[in-house]
Amino acid sequence: MAIGTRSGAIKLYGAPGVEFMGLHEENNTVMQIHFIPDQCQLVTLLDDNSLHLWSLKQHSGASELREEHRFTLKGPPGSPPSATQITAVLPHSSREVLYLGTESGNIFVVELPSFRVLEDRTITSEAVLQRVPEDYCNRRSCELVEALREHPKNPDQILIGYSRGLIVLWDLQNNKVTHHFLGSQQLENLYWQRDGSKFISCHYDGSYTQWPVSSDNRQPEPLENIVPYGPFPCKAISKIYWQTTKNGLPYIIFQGGMPRASYGDRHSISVVHGSQQTAFDFTSRVIDFFIIFSSEPTAEFDDPSAMVVLAEEELVVIDLKSAGWPAVHPPYLASLHCSAITCSHHVSNIPLKLWERIISAGSKQNVHYSSMPWPIDGGTNIAPDPPQRDLLLTGHEDGTVRFWDASGVCLHLLYKLSTVRVFLTDADPNDNMNTLGEDEWPPLRKVGTFDPYSDDPRLGIQKIYLCKYSGYLAVAGTAGQVLVMELNDEDAEHVVDHAEADLLQDQEGYRWKGHEKLKTRDGPVRFEAGFQPFVLVQCQPPAVVTSLALHSEWKLVAFGTSHGFGLFDHQQKRLVFVKCTLHPSDQLALEGPLSRVKSLKKSLRQSFRRIRRSRVSSRKRRGGGGNASEVQEANAKFDQDALQEMELAPVQRKIEARSAEDSFTGFVRTLYFADTFLRDSSRHCPSLWAGTNGGTVYAFCLRVPPAERRMDEPVRAEQAKEIQLMHRAPVVGILVLDGRSTPLPEPLEVAHDLSKSPDMQGSHQLLVVSEEQFKVFTLPKVSSKLKLKLTALEGCRVRKVTVANFGSCKTDDYSENDLAVLTNLGDIQIISLPFLKLQIRYPCIRKEDVSGIASCVFTKYGQGFYLISPSEFERFSLSTKWLVEPRCVVDVPEVSSNNHVHTRSGVENAARKSRGSGRSSSDYGEDERKSGRLMEHALLNDEKVLKEIQSTLEGGRGSYAERNLARSPLGHGLSNGGGR
Amino acid sequence: MNRSFNKSQTLRYLECSAVEVKSKFGAEFRRFSLDRYKPGKFEDFYKLILHIHHIANLEVMIGYADVHGDLLPINNDDNFFKAVSSAHPLLRVFVQRQDEVDYSNFGTNTLSRKKKALVTLRNDNLRRRPHINISMPHDFRPVSSIIDVDILPETHRRVRLYRHGCEKPLGFYIRDGTSVRVTPHGLEKVPGIFISRMVPGGLAESTGLLAVNDEVLEVNGIEVAGKTLDQVTDMMIANSHNLIITVKPANQRNNIIRSSRMSGSSGQSTDSTASHHSLPTSHVLQNFHPDEMESDEEADIVIEGGLEPQHIPKLHSLTSSSLSRINGSSLSHRLQRDLVLNNNSGRESNGNIHKLLSSLKTDPRHSLVIPRGGIEEDGTVITL
Repeated sequence: MAIGTRSGAIKLYGAPGVEFMGLHEENNTVMQIHFIPDQCQLVTLLDDNSLHLWSLKQHSGASELREEHRFTLKGPPGSPPSATQITAVLPHSSREVLYLGTESGNIFVVELPSFRVLEDRTITSEAVLQRVPEDYCNRRSCELVEALREHPKNPDQILIGYSRGLIVLWDLQNNKVTHHFLGSQQLENLYWQRDGSKFISCHYDGSYTQWPVSSDNRQPEPLENIVPYGPFPCKAISKIYWQTTKNGLPYIIFQGGMPRASYGDRHSISVVHGSQQTAFDFTSRVIDFFIIFSSEPTAEFDDPSAMVVLAEEELVVIDLKSAGWPAVHPPYLASLHCSAITCSHHVSNIPLKLWERIISAGSKQNVHYSSMPWPIDGGTNIAPDPPQRDLLLTGHEDGTVRFWDASGVCLHLLYKLSTVRVFLTDADPNDNMNTLGEDEWPPLRKVGTFDPYSDDPRLGIQKIYLCKYSGYLAVAGTAGQVLVMELNDEDAEHVVDHAEADLLQDQEGYRWKGHEKLKTRDGPVRFEAGFQPFVLVQCQPPAVVTSLALHSEWKLVAFGTSHGFGLFDHQQKRLVFVKCTLHPSDQLALEGPLSRVKSLKKSLRQSFRRIRRSRVSSRKRRGGGGNASEVQEANAKFDQDALQEMELAPVQRKIEARSAEDSFTGFVRTLYFADTFLRDSSRHCPSLWAGTNGGTVYAFCLRVPPAERRMDEPVRAEQAKEIQLMHRAPVVGILVLDGRSTPLPEPLEVAHDLSKSPDMQGSHQLLVVSEEQFKVFTLPKVSSKLKLKLTALEGCRVRKVTVANFGSCKTDDYSENDLAVLTNLGDIQIISLPFLKLQIRYPCIRKEDVSGIASCVFTKYGQGFYLISPSEFERFSLSTKWLVEPRCVVDVPEVSSNNHVHTRSGVENAARKSRGSGRSSSDYGEDERKSGRLMEHALLNDEKVLKEIQSTLEGGRGSYAERNLARSPLGHGLSNGGGR
Repeated sequence: MNRSFNKSQTLRYLECSAVEVKSKFGAEFRRFSLDRYKPGKFEDFYKLILHIHHIANLEVMIGYADVHGDLLPINNDDNFFKAVSSAHPLLRVFVQRQDEVDYSNFGTNTLSRKKKALVTLRNDNLRRRPHINISMPHDFRPVSSIIDVDILPETHRRVRLYRHGCEKPLGFYIRDGTSVRVTPHGLEKVPGIFISRMVPGGLAESTGLLAVNDEVLEVNGIEVAGKTLDQVTDMMIANSHNLIITVKPANQRNNIIRSSRMSGSSGQSTDSTASHHSLPTSHVLQNFHPDEMESDEEADIVIEGGLEPQHIPKLHSLTSSSLSRINGSSLSHRLQRDLVLNNNSGRESNGNIHKLLSSLKTDPRHSLVIPRGGIEEDGTVITL
């Protein structure tokens, strides 16, 4: 299976783990993709009318996708561009030539792989029209070639469909028309029946027509003309399949054709099999689809097994063999953004036990999926098994958390957790995804998971923390809700303990003008197997939770909002303390998001600017398509206006030192638990650290009763320190280093023997990372020891920071911890601990890609993920040791196999989608073919790049780094995504 | 004792414009008056002081108490004029023998220090005559300075803004723009960063050294070329404690013109330029490195226990004053030595002296020069 994107990338997917990606030099939309039968080659057509030949070549054991040739069809001098504008492509089964249908109605023949035009074999429209009856000819000329189909049995005959309705069967040997089929409706597409005795055409008016092909009648009448959703005017049927089966009843599968007035806005594909008929209703536009059927040339019937549909936002595969035509659970290209992603969290090296429990909880949710194996099975994945089990958790706007298997190349959905059940919402509680109304006509059935409409934005998930050892999960959301959950393998019904944390405490006179807190459900609630909440803490005021920390050993959860932070004992279910961090003069923070008139105005202005800019650029893009100078003129004028406007209102930035009075200083950015020397250097104790937007760090001493009295004595907390960074930049990370300068282990890590216990002999150090500086302090005295200034020297600010463990790829017994830092410029820097030396830096994300930068998560072992579009994560690796990349082989089949299908997706697609980054795609040609064992299609995704670090560790600094850096900008990243 | 002084050419007897002057040398007082609007030249005033106190053969240092009660020096026309024009109602002048002067007493008070914005205008530099003793820039807390005059092209200006302890906003805005560069291929338009607006009353405006449409070339030694507006903004804010901006002024007419002699022979200083002033400061710059910047920066505040800090900045100033109490004497000793060095070689780092001074500034034992009574008389409250 191949998918082309609007930005000129093609991605090939096969069996899970088999994937390739190629990028055209031109960033033009891919319009069509056609596999050359049995050649591991494919041809792409871009919207600049250029053809590109790609092949999969084996190189040091793995296949790679390479561009071999490119070609642009040139007409005779002086001919209009439309004469050579390619509208249909047919790779002939001989693999030697390509037939190119054009807007002029002529069909050019080019030789492969050289792309040499064979002029003597051109099929001109004049030749075609010679024998057409006069009256028909007068009414309509040939117009553009809409479809080209090779005869399934006789490679010397091809069927040519013209847009005005004329269809001819052309004999390649004798260069003449053998049959004329005089259609009266504007043609959309054609499809042969397997035995070549009939073909079917579909039309703009929503009808399809069967035509007989026999040697006695050279100008047959249609056998049957059906408007499936008549009698009222219907939309076009843009693509159709006619699939024979052993039992005699064919499958007729077509896209579109819905009644214009009442269902014209649906994106549907209908499957008709005898009396069964279902119109699969997609939530986003259908770009293309194909059917997987028996490709053995000797097989008598098609026996379709699956339908693969590429919608704009996702890929859906329907099992046509099982009763009820269920969907197939995709092993890759799952729709990440079925509800917008609001946050993500990565957990490395999941213990097997927890992994299995999550999978088993997930499998109970997936019963409505088909059990059929993934039908796209080309290629062989030869990548070694992933070294460890990694989970990527994504929080979504609709209050769900999705658990993805991020160990390997494919991001695969394991389990979906919904927090909605805890709350009372207006949402319709019954899950009517698959209800099939019996008497409904058309028999619509919703498929796919893409559902961008959130019932209640307050449900959105903002922070996630999973303890992989205990199975405790803490999830916090938009309306100040914090849920602590436990993994349970059985369904259960219980009451969720509920507490409220008033973060304003005694601060009087503040009004919260934002949203209300969520209403909770009274009484016991039924939860399905999986993570089940047992504690709910709601912050008051119900502002977005901005930081979250869970300590599964102490059984404490800490949470922070723009008003303050609190600590909750989830064992005793008791609030330990709250601390208000508001500055008395910070009025804005109190009033909630709605009253921030100023910033609202600003953001409105910005979004208008953005819209204007995108309009300009999309117009520009279309202008390239070649018609009037008028458009260009308009564009130029538009650009000028836009430019002028920009000059009139230049963006300016105020230069002012930060003061305590700036707004949002109380915003709690980070929370951290540590067992360290907070009070004096002789005794260590549990502590909680919090960092705010205003550069303040609070440290609390905790007294956690020993395990045997854990339920009897309360947890106590006492403020021990408060540090005000004079540069007042937001604190984004806090970390304590032990006596060996190693970061303290995670809770329970030592108890599970996965980490050495921290060194409590030597003196501990505190690392505070603000957006501008890294600073190391001694403990317990908190005197400044070292610092690294980032912003003052480079003008960039820290966006994400984490400790990553870098192992050596040469020897197993060396590893070290460093800080992995992502800046607002999209650079990634590695900074050594504890001396804060910059080891390496390289550009990773474009600095304009704000959402990409915001979405980045680092793993514990030096990899990372970020969203390159709302639906696609790109994965990168900073470690030479841990590298996940696709490695796969596609063999060239020896036996020829027959069919291939191709589709074209219309020009109109290109303009449509404006959201998403340049790299995301909306327009696809797609294609598929299979032969007996395996195929050419291949794969997906990727991984990439590793940078080295290692080399700096080991001394060989310069050259290695550069080599890697040079490689990385290709950005063949991309790991997963719905169809955008 | 109450003798009127008639300054030959300027003084007119107008009730309203007369300023009463009370001059104190040792235990002796002299009283006279000056014309508020035409006080005359400092040199004349200096001679007058020597004359009326009958100390013609002494080298003295003249100071006055300003409205805040600070002891400020009078040693050139400008501060003389300032002293006279701001006297209200009485100008109290203190005369000390040059060799007895305790420099640390000048500008004693921390609180009032924040309010005065003494501006070292470029024009002053030009007007100064080397034979006038103005060698005490360290008597003022600098709020800004032009530095590196000798190593920068004449079209550029490097300005240092000192913000520590100052409540004044930095007060300027920057924007994107295009500037024209001369390249081997002719004129070329390149993107640049420009000052787009000054906040009235802000530090930037009060220096007079920065103006709207000046192009920003460097921030604390780092070129801004190739950086975005946001990056430059972040750099400036991160360096706001000690911001050094190199600009290409939009108005090139006020540039310091170095004479050819000056630029030609390195060691020769000349009469007509600001070299006297710029030598020590340029030294600061040449030696400028991050560590030095560090020393200018305020330290983070750590509060132990459950203290509820209401006003962090005040706590900070408390700590620094207690510190200076402990170290005061030795610091002042060092200071003296530094000053000697400075006078001799002209090579002492302004920044270091400044640092020493600022740590001394609240030491109560050094505020002896201002008599207690005098303070009460004026009703100015001095917090020590």
